[in-house]
Amino acid sequence: MAIWLTTDEYRKLAAVVDLMIPADETPGAAEAGTVDYIDGLLGAFEVDPPRIWAGGPFSGRTGGPAGFAEFLPLSALDELAWRTRIEGSLGIAEREFNGPVVGLHQRYREGLDSLGVDFVQSDVQEQARRLKGNEMFASLVYEHVCEGMYGPPEYGGNRNGIGWSLIGTVGDVQPRGWTDDEVSLP
Amino acid sequence: MSADAIIVGSGPGGSTAAEVLAAAGWSVVLFEKGRNHLIDLDDPTRLLGDFSNDEIKFIDRHFLGPDPFLEPRTFRTGPEDGDRIFAGSVNSIPSTVGGGGTHADGKVPRFLEEDFRMLSTYGPQDGAAVADWPLDYAELEPFYAGAERGIGVSGEAGANPFAAWRSGPYPMPPGPPMYGSTLSAAASELLGLHPYPAPGATNSVFYDGRPPCNNCGFCAFFGCPIHAKGDPVAMLQRALLTGNVELIPETFVSRILTRGDRATGVEYVGPDGVARSMDARHVIVAGGAVETPRLLLLSGFDHPLIGRNLMVHFQTIVVGGFADIDFHGERGRAVTHMHDDALIPDDASRRAAKEAGLPWIRGGMVEHGGPGLPIMEAKHYNWGPGHKRKMRESPYRRHLWGFTMQGEDLPVPTNRVDLDPKVRDVRGFPVARITYRPHRHELVASDHHGPRLAAILETMGAKWTSIVTSPGSRLGPGGRTEGLAPMSRHVMGSVRMGTEPETSVTDAHGRVHGLENVVIADSSVFVTASGYGPTLTLAALAARSASAMVS
Ligand SMILES: Cc1cc2nc3c(=O)[nH]c(=O)nc-3n(C[C@H](O)[C@H](O)[C@H](O)COP(=O)(O)OP(=O)(O)OC[C@H]3O[C@@H](n4cnc5c(N)ncnc54)[C@H](O)[C@@H]3O)c2cc1C
Ligand code: SF4
Repeated sequence: MAIWLTTDEYRKLAAVVDLMIPADETPGAAEAGTVDYIDGLLGAFEVDPPRIWAGGPFSGRTGGPAGFAEFLPLSALDELAWRTRIEGSLGIAEREFNGPVVGLHQRYREGLDSLGVDFVQSDVQEQARRLKGNEMFASLVYEHVCEGMYGPPEYGGNRNGIGWSLIGTVGDVQPRGWTDDEVSLP
Repeated sequence: MSADAIIVGSGPGGSTAAEVLAAAGWSVVLFEKGRNHLIDLDDPTRLLGDFSNDEIKFIDRHFLGPDPFLEPRTFRTGPEDGDRIFAGSVNSIPSTVGGGGTHADGKVPRFLEEDFRMLSTYGPQDGAAVADWPLDYAELEPFYAGAERGIGVSGEAGANPFAAWRSGPYPMPPGPPMYGSTLSAAASELLGLHPYPAPGATNSVFYDGRPPCNNCGFCAFFGCPIHAKGDPVAMLQRALLTGNVELIPETFVSRILTRGDRATGVEYVGPDGVARSMDARHVIVAGGAVETPRLLLLSGFDHPLIGRNLMVHFQTIVVGGFADIDFHGERGRAVTHMHDDALIPDDASRRAAKEAGLPWIRGGMVEHGGPGLPIMEAKHYNWGPGHKRKMRESPYRRHLWGFTMQGEDLPVPTNRVDLDPKVRDVRGFPVARITYRPHRHELVASDHHGPRLAAILETMGAKWTSIVTSPGSRLGPGGRTEGLAPMSRHVMGSVRMGTEPETSVTDAHGRVHGLENVVIADSSVFVTASGYGPTLTLAALAARSASAMVS
């Protein structure tokens, strides 16, 4: 169930992210949860505390309590910044002290819209052609896909560590860290 | 409420000053505009658990601030650009309790003796305000030693043949070298250079109640989850434990209040957005070399040199690709070796200077290191069918090694911080505008030293090498990067110290000329930039200035 995206938008975005990191013998970006990562950011304020900053100091993956799972509370100013970044300034004076801000909601909604109603049904070449036609949107999504693919799974992406397994990394390592030999030897 | 001293900013400078004043029994109020993710203010023996190995939080989501939407800065290369060419994040150092110390990877070398007398040693340069400092290394040495003990610095005395004399060993031995560093250090030695273990503000053993670094690799740009970084956690913790310091986070000091030739206190805006004022006998400003001049200008201080001579190390970044070596750069403290040869003029650099029509050139400390963060790597590649192959082969994260030279930047009066005429922060105050363009010295020094660093990588067996600089250049000779705003977070010089009020803003103890109960305790007071990270030197200066206040 998507948090902020509509079902159609969710499907379309899944096709977009799979163009960016396609499935082959290993899962692609959609199966890795990158759409949920993006949807989690767009819908960050649907939950309390908002899903902006995962907690610390450890995830529990290499020992210690699973602190990443407890998201950190935002201050009033943090909330102002992140609501503006996500929702846009919407004509609200306190968000427009340096002028209007277009938020991620509008950028995603319009970007997905620009790909056409039959995007999901189109073949991969056609999808790539349309996506390249909206370069600004493609680079926005790609930034988020990289974060959702290779960032901590607590943000909704990198499901079951798919991204980290792909590249042979373990992600966060505290409190275990690396031994002196692991640091200094080949 | 009234305090003996108000300190603005809780970074390495402000924390050091707070510790000295509090130890002498002064009542201190420490204002910090950022949030507190570091220390339990009710029980300062307890350090908080908000820091983590989380690339999204620290790199992509501004966890330690400043959020560029709430507190932008602006940039231009000169007045011919108009009011600005960019607004957003410019040379931003964290705005949080602990300031930039919390997420620096903390190479903390001392300056050389000659760094304090650049004019006498090397002479002037056209278009630059090269000058001697109003103090010398010998006067600062005890404070260097104190700062190393206070922070907890690991290093090896005698390993760097160019280093200034020291009154004692480092408090801790160096931690383990990164694998890549062992290779680049060996290749450097083969070429007659002098690499040594980087002095680090990271514990290599249990020290001061905090554990040794366990090499997690999320070091530069991240807070340390186990608090093995001492800078400025250690100073802040000791200051708070005296009971004489009240630390007030999320509170912006907007003005220093003055009457006649004395400051009487400050005006500040807390998290509720309400402006209030507080009296104090002394005001110490330690907001960093961009925010400190901003506050002085917001306060109506009118010394014509405030904000001028801003220096930002000129970075020459030289990398090489090694298909057959996996450097695993994600393990370790980001930088474990450096060499200083580029700071010491030799025949070749003298010749390069002469050919360029300059009296002399100096480079800077050269940090050996390689990248290790997967999201950052992924963003370097294109999307599409080739993405996974690139990520698996990982030419950037696993097979790249290189150097960052933090080149000496000359003080140029037109390089400055002033108030942007239009852009505001979230509280409605004008933001800092940086006007900066490198002096030709930096470009010539970079052009000279860059290929020498590439030669080390070739000796290591690099299949290719590449040289870029920050800032880049509009004309873009060679491989200069496009970005015109410098990336280096080593900012200095914007409120320079000296003996004469005509040529400096503060005296040798950071006291503002004509307003002597206002003391600057950060790298704003630097007269020249050297090519070393500024933090140990600014902490030593802050300790010296605060000691003068209490004695
Ligand atoms: C990734 C990274 C790596 C680095 N590595 C190194 C290194 O290896 N070696 C080195 O020497 N240096 C390094 N640095 C630089 C180092 O962080 C700075 O030199 C150091 O933090 C400066 O200390 P400071 O106390 O002068 O200022 P800061 O650390 O900038 O602290 C100033 C504090 O004051 C607060 N403040 C400012 N204005 C106000 C105001 N008006 N009201 C209230 N609060 C205010 C700010 O929020 C901030 O927290 C690095 C920096 C970064 C970002
Ligand atoms: S590398 Fe060491 S000092 Fe740096 S964050 Fe990790 S544990 Fe802390």
